[in-house]
Amino acid sequence: MHEMSVAQSIVQIVEEVLQEQKAHRVLKVVVRIGELVAVVPESLQFCYRAITEGTELGDSELVIQTVPVRAVCQACGREFSPETPFFICPFCESTRVHLLQGQELQVSELEVEE
Amino acid sequence: MKVLTVERKILKKNDDIAAENRQRFKQANLTVLNLLSSPGAGKTTLLERTLEKLANRYRVAVVEGDVQTDNDARRIAKHHVPVVQVVTRGGCHLEANLVQEAVANFELDALDLLFIENVGNLVCPANYDLGENLKVVIISTTEGDDKPLKYPPMFRVAHVCVINKIDLLPYVDFDIQKARDYARGINPDLRFFELSARTGEGLEDWIRWLESLIPKSTA
Ligand SMILES: Nc1nc2c(ncn2[C@@H]2O[C@H](COP(=O)(O)OP(=O)(O)O)[C@@H](O)[C@H]2O)c(=O)[nH]1
Ligand SMILES: [Mg+2]
Ligand SMILES: [Zn+2]
Repeated sequence: MHEMSVAQSIVQIVEEVLQEQKAHRVLKVVVRIGELVAVVPESLQFCYRAITEGTELGDSELVIQTVPVRAVCQACGREFSPETPFFICPFCESTRVHLLQGQELQVSELEVEE
Repeated sequence: MKVLTVERKILKKNDDIAAENRQRFKQANLTVLNLLSSPGAGKTTLLERTLEKLANRYRVAVVEGDVQTDNDARRIAKHHVPVVQVVTRGGCHLEANLVQEAVANFELDALDLLFIENVGNLVCPANYDLGENLKVVIISTTEGDDKPLKYPPMFRVAHVCVINKIDLLPYVDFDIQKARDYARGINPDLRFFELSARTGEGLEDWIRWLESLIPKSTA
């Protein structure tokens, strides 16, 4: 289960930022997870709770924002939301599509107490 | 209370180490393949057949990823090539730092080709760059031909798809054309090989392609 290793990486990043910003208490951690990244939100939530319990992040809230897939067709230039799992342009049926979003795996925001 | 905009990649540490690996492999003029599949699709068997054809003509090494045991590494070692076993202790995928530690055991400059057998899993390893040149996803005819539909991220990041165990086609309900169409719908650039690691059928194309990846100066 790679949700555990993803959760550990999130905690590492949060700790780094807290140190850089000389902040102590984090209230909220917002992460953006693309639909195409095989991370199960419930499972990530569970792992985050498990590894932060009893630590300085113990009462922080993890907010998972799912980023839908968007693509642009390289043949006709139009943008669309592909019917996953196939990546086919609904306008011209080209399979030459470039993904604009949906592969994110990022910590985007922290809410901290000053 | 203060809101901080962070925008940091969660897997940045892994990506950074993968980039170091890639740089190191490039310096060594080494081609590196990451083999990915569900458990039992035939990664180790395909490696064994491949070593039989290539190990006497090229300098090949293998990194074996496994959750628990070193059985696969022992199968590979019989072919007299350098092999390092990485036991992930329950971890469902290899990460770049494990590969970095593993390849420290090899003299990379003296190698032509390095295979990394990833942990049997079609989900997690898709997110973890190891620094390899190419990802090879292996499916077998004893699995469903809709495998690509069930694991689109893996087929999206793969460069090559091997369809293994074609010797069993008469006995199983596996439509090769369907599997290829599904996979191509997800990734139009995929290159396919159909073969049997057991009988050797179809192996020549695979071997020829591997040879084409090896820099000419060493051939
Ligand atoms: N019939 C048949 N069996 C195969 C083939 N390739 C592998 N196997 C068998 O499938 C099982 C799993 O193979 P293995 O290489 O260990 O799979 P891995 O888990 O992906 O490394 C073994 O019993 C192999 O003998 C093949 O092409 N045809
Ligand atoms: Mg194996
Ligand atoms: Zn189009």
